[in-house]
Amino acid sequence: MGFVVVLLKREEKRMFGFIRQRAACRGNHASSLERGIRATALRTFSSSGKEMTVRDALNSALDEEMSADPKVFLMGEEVGEYQGAYKISRGLLKKYGPERVRDTPITEAGFTGIGVGAAYYGLKPVIEFMTFNFSMQAIDHIINSAAKSNYMSAGQISVPIVFRGPNGAAAGVGAQHSQCFAAWYGSCPGLKVLVPYSSEDARGLLKAAIRDPDPVVFLENELLYGESFPVSAEALDSSFCLPIGKAKIEREGNDVTITAFSKMVGYALKAAEILAKEGISAEVINLRSIRPLDTSTINASVRKTNRLVTVEEGVPQHGVGAEICATVVEESFYYLDAPIERIAGADVPMPYAANLERIAVPQVDDIVRAAKRICYRSH
Amino acid sequence: MACSATAKIIHNPLLLSSSRSAEKSDSCCKMLGPSSFLGSTSMSKKLVSVNKGASRVSRRSANVVAVSSDVVKEKKLKSSSAASSLLITKEEGLVLYEDMVLGRAFEDMCAQMYYRGKMFGFVHLYNGQEAVSTGFIKLLKKEDCVVSTYRDHVHALSKGVPAREVMSELFGKTTGCCRGQGGSMHMFSKEHNLLGGFAFIGEGIPVATGAAFTSKYKREVLKEDCDEVTLAFFGDGTCNNGQFFECLNMAALWKLPIVFVVENNLWAIGMSHLRATSDPQIWKKGPAFGMPGVHVDGMDVLKVREVANEAIARARRGEGPTLVECETYRFRGHSLADPDELRDPAEKAHYATRDPITALKKYILENNLASEAELKAIEKKIDEVVEDAVEFADESPVPARSQLLENVFADPRGFGIGPDGKYRCEDPKFTEGTAQV
Repeated sequence: MGFVVVLLKREEKRMFGFIRQRAACRGNHASSLERGIRATALRTFSSSGKEMTVRDALNSALDEEMSADPKVFLMGEEVGEYQGAYKISRGLLKKYGPERVRDTPITEAGFTGIGVGAAYYGLKPVIEFMTFNFSMQAIDHIINSAAKSNYMSAGQISVPIVFRGPNGAAAGVGAQHSQCFAAWYGSCPGLKVLVPYSSEDARGLLKAAIRDPDPVVFLENELLYGESFPVSAEALDSSFCLPIGKAKIEREGNDVTITAFSKMVGYALKAAEILAKEGISAEVINLRSIRPLDTSTINASVRKTNRLVTVEEGVPQHGVGAEICATVVEESFYYLDAPIERIAGADVPMPYAANLERIAVPQVDDIVRAAKRICYRSH
Repeated sequence: MACSATAKIIHNPLLLSSSRSAEKSDSCCKMLGPSSFLGSTSMSKKLVSVNKGASRVSRRSANVVAVSSDVVKEKKLKSSSAASSLLITKEEGLVLYEDMVLGRAFEDMCAQMYYRGKMFGFVHLYNGQEAVSTGFIKLLKKEDCVVSTYRDHVHALSKGVPAREVMSELFGKTTGCCRGQGGSMHMFSKEHNLLGGFAFIGEGIPVATGAAFTSKYKREVLKEDCDEVTLAFFGDGTCNNGQFFECLNMAALWKLPIVFVVENNLWAIGMSHLRATSDPQIWKKGPAFGMPGVHVDGMDVLKVREVANEAIARARRGEGPTLVECETYRFRGHSLADPDELRDPAEKAHYATRDPITALKKYILENNLASEAELKAIEKKIDEVVEDAVEFADESPVPARSQLLENVFADPRGFGIGPDGKYRCEDPKFTEGTAQV
């Protein structure tokens, strides 16, 4: 993960020392990813010429929303004096004070419930989970008292709350810190689930989430925090907002559709590069929103390319890819020229050993091979 | 558990022993050191026998008072029918009486309707506990919040939700307070600031703490003139749940304007509180977190009201939370599906003699606050209200098909974009309830 070292500031380097060591042995993969990012950056170069890390994007989005609406406040472990476990809330405590940037005791169930209660009664909380794995201790409140409340109260009590934090595998953090919750939260009526990839996604979707009157689960990715993406001038504007429920076509193509979200979008774009050299033009869709899922964009794309590869980090069974396959079969069956390929994480708890971890999560080669398989160009 | 200032006597119906009435304890509830609380040696013996209900039948009536730490100052009560100073005026007395009778009559009617098949699912009745609801909620303003559990019909009624709306909700009709979408366990009312109605025990406590957090935030960050207080009602079983302790900690830490009201009716479904709890004295858990813990006789509405007054005033002044343990009893089973076989009939008979409505009636009549005729008139009026509620609910329509998809999101675009590229909620079939979602 060489590029992460370049972009981190000094204090973060100390904190993330262990991640660096872990990542250092991922030589090959990291440098190719780095190349991929640079390639993407060049291609989507915009007029502002400015680059922003996802971390800064999230930080600026929080900052702007908190300054625009005094009812917005941030609550979570280490968000205040520690500047955020992943430094997402850096500088916010100083700017807004301890009442609006609340450090909590280690009580997920308690403070999530407090956030929900505050949302019931008129405020707009942003609850940060150090990782979404910890949200399992609070999942009762996310589902039962947040997601279902507008329905149970017949519209009287809406819950304008955002639950955010890193989701999915990091580097070498073991089984209990590496689960991807997109499919779990994506199954809950009453929730909106967003999965940003780039800085522009992060900014636009977080702002949309905070302004949204419904509970939003905002799944970030720890490994993306340090990555830089170009941002347009439009994205830097403080009223910039992306619509919830619309996917983005990151790269246009004609031969095969690849859907992905979060970190996997980067991998899919890399795979598309490799496929392009072999004459396969891949269309990469960045889902941006798991619930509601933009089936309209996906289906339109499949009807154009006639082939689909879904990519996700979570396990295949009952996963996001499974849902996409089902909707595409339901709506665009006769447009398919080949069976749908589902690329997902291995059906195991995340192992610790670096080499095992690498094969437990989809890699660029897996996506390339799958695309070639359904283009009948494999071996 | 007496204050050092005035000698207080605790009468805990669990632990009957007349010899305890003269004891005085030096240490205050708030201190963390072990307090030589009353009857500690005899308690262990009583704990064993309590399950058999042997000791409960003989009852001391005269010395029932509320106990508190020295942080909560309260008047000394000589007996439940103190002649020296009346605790309530006539108007207040009639309001309390009417509220309790409404709660009782309503719940009795619910039972009838359930057995006739008009009500279904899980229904948890509040008979016997009316003093707690009335004693606390009648002191609140409309803007104050109440958060309850699944045993929430009477909390809704006390807070001001019309009986018609509650009954319709129970029947699952569209005129219910939640349009039939919530049900018995999920009573919500934005107008009356009833924030639910939660099926999971312990779930309401953090939500209540959050509402209190909002009150404080409004006052300190938004600089609004806000002194709203939140009451969280929950049971004895909940006091063993992790969320309870998490919230006691945070409420005391951040000095939130909340009162934690424990309705200790001694039983979860069939699990006695004593079998489930290492230290059954719940009020003691308050001081462990730095807030006063108060124990009060929950079958006496006047005592509850007095303690409630002080706790709510404390919260309004910004001094932080209070934990109030109300010892009460439910006359019926846990829910209408519960055959209620595990509780000792002697225990039930004992508490039946301490019916809070009868006690208040007696107080009112003995102190000449109102005549028998006035009370009878109130009872008749309540009967009519309840019958009208049933009629209203009966005649109300069931929800339309299209209501299925409504209110899932405040912003219905949350249903996403349909196959035609437009938002699903814009499809006319969606509002008719015939769209495939």
